[in-house]
Amino acid sequence: MKPPRLLDAWSAVVRRDLLSALRHRADLLTTLIFFVIVASLFPLGVGSDAALLRSIGPGVIWVAALLASILALARLFSGDYADGTLEQLALAPYSLTFLALGKIVAHWLATGLPLVIVAPLLGVQFDLNADALLVLMASLLLGTPTLSLIGAVGAALTLGVRGGGALLSLLILPLYVPVLIFGAGAVEASAAGLGAGAHLSLLGAFLLSALVFAPWATAVSLRIAVE
Amino acid sequence: MTSRINWFKYSSPASFYPLAGKLIPAFFAVASLLAVCGLYIGFFVAPTDAQQGEAYRIIFIHVPAAWMSMFLYVVMAFWAGMGLAFNTRLSSMMASAIAPTGALMTFIALWTGALWGKPMWGAWWVWDARLTSELILLFLYLGFMSLQAAIDDPRRADKAGAVIALVGAVNVPIIYFSVQWWNTLHQGASVSLTRNPSMAATMLAGMLIMALAIWIYSIAVVLMRVRSVILERERNSDWVQELTEQQS
Amino acid sequence: MLVISQLGCVRGERRLFSEISFEIGPHTLLEVRGPNGSGKTSLLRILCGLLHPAAGRVSWNGRDIHELGEEYRAHMAYLGHASAVKDELTAHENLRYSAATAGLAASTTDISTALDTIGLSGFQGIPCKTLSQGQRRRVAFARLYLCSARPLWILDEPFTALDAAALALTRNLLESHLRSGGMLVLTTHQEVEITSPHTQRIDLGI
Repeated sequence: MKPPRLLDAWSAVVRRDLLSALRHRADLLTTLIFFVIVASLFPLGVGSDAALLRSIGPGVIWVAALLASILALARLFSGDYADGTLEQLALAPYSLTFLALGKIVAHWLATGLPLVIVAPLLGVQFDLNADALLVLMASLLLGTPTLSLIGAVGAALTLGVRGGGALLSLLILPLYVPVLIFGAGAVEASAAGLGAGAHLSLLGAFLLSALVFAPWATAVSLRIAVE
Repeated sequence: MTSRINWFKYSSPASFYPLAGKLIPAFFAVASLLAVCGLYIGFFVAPTDAQQGEAYRIIFIHVPAAWMSMFLYVVMAFWAGMGLAFNTRLSSMMASAIAPTGALMTFIALWTGALWGKPMWGAWWVWDARLTSELILLFLYLGFMSLQAAIDDPRRADKAGAVIALVGAVNVPIIYFSVQWWNTLHQGASVSLTRNPSMAATMLAGMLIMALAIWIYSIAVVLMRVRSVILERERNSDWVQELTEQQS
Repeated sequence: MLVISQLGCVRGERRLFSEISFEIGPHTLLEVRGPNGSGKTSLLRILCGLLHPAAGRVSWNGRDIHELGEEYRAHMAYLGHASAVKDELTAHENLRYSAATAGLAASTTDISTALDTIGLSGFQGIPCKTLSQGQRRRVAFARLYLCSARPLWILDEPFTALDAAALALTRNLLESHLRSGGMLVLTTHQEVEITSPHTQRIDLGI
């Protein structure tokens, strides 16, 4: 039997994390319910005026998605850090950058993708029309992987550090600003009858550059954490 | 070539410490002199603005502080990156020493921005692109300092801080550009000094002199802070022990 | 051949050890001894490349291990304090994925054999959270068994929580590794007699 190649190792990382996530379904559900509750609280706070809800809807849903993804991030590496799996990953004869990317991909599939799927339901609560709902999904589909990628750096840096969760938010939320602006902006533009194309292509550009830099920075941070 | 100075000598904390100590008073003197000149030009020489009256004079502090806040972030990320790449202790100490001054400059820029905003727009805070970017920059500084404060091992704190400073430095232009876009989209308030035709040469001169004053002040303060960081980190080393014995 | 020269380690503000030099060749067992906090774990983590030493270098076949990177890690197996066993996965799943991520060729039968050898035949299919501490340690040893082809094993307190039967099994595993030309670096608080063609000992903290 031939030794596993880089791609085999990578897919093993993804499959292991997905299997773990599947066995901890309750955790995944918590993130999703958090997302729904946060977005549903806003109409209770600002009133049920349809025009107002339509105008704040995209922003509210995007901010809720941001917070939900931060909430899920704390679990990205902490389990592996506690049980020693992270050490073994750092000692694997493959590039840690690539293996870290595997973990991020699995994390997004388990926590980011469900947000994308549930978002239209929340959009209906805010009286968004069909076109805006489609753009909402598209913007989340392009934006949430970027959130996972950037967030992974923060999750790796705060491993085993005092006040990890709150610190993670402080480090990462400011970096989420561009994704938030263009994600919510895409939906607003579409609701206003302008095209969302420019916003979506910028979100795509953010995703591509995050794909290039974030796994590397994550790997550097993980090595610092296991030292 | 006997007169060649060995610059690398000063990259070790032990030899940098006394050098910095000698330079600090000079920097402070130059900074105060420039500040006096700059403020005099700003408050007495520069003409009263046709639209904004006397209130505009706060830009002589606001603009240099805002410039310095951004510049210091880049310098901080540079030193932190050097520390991470070459494992030099002094570079990382420089980065940690710069952060509080940078955060202070950001805070001053925000505060004076609010003071300026009240007579200008009738509100303490407007979501102007520059002010919003400054606010996010303040969050970045606070994040860097909190992360370093939360990690007990100084070497790990240096390295982790370097990663977040570099990630932040890469993101700052993107954030600035996004906020600018968001601002024009929502037709928020915006102030451009370069578009202002009444921007007289004396005003520019005052602002540049103040910028220089703040710059040199920052150097002096950062050197002071680096000295205390050095003493704290190296308190068990022989040269610090000798130093404290001499002084007591 | 693992060569350690002039190694020094500083954790926080404490100098744990300095100027440690030794060499390990095939068939050699290196026992690292010393009281708690003397830097045994740090030394082992430096040897596997997780930790950068404050001074000195570690080289494998004449080249620095950090220069070699992945190439060195392909010749080495490490077992730390934490067993790297995931609670929600079964022993079999744990081994399958950790073998694949560690670059080990292991078929389903290989994994079953490894688990049988280490005395976990009946426990393959149940989630590891129901296993005892000692049984989880056995899973970690089964992973080590899959690493048989790797010459250098670095084990940090491997016998913790093992019962007498497991102790005998793991001792056999380590001895056969040494006999077949392997190298072994070990810290332990227990008195476990491992017969080895060559034994070296390092005492830290004296």
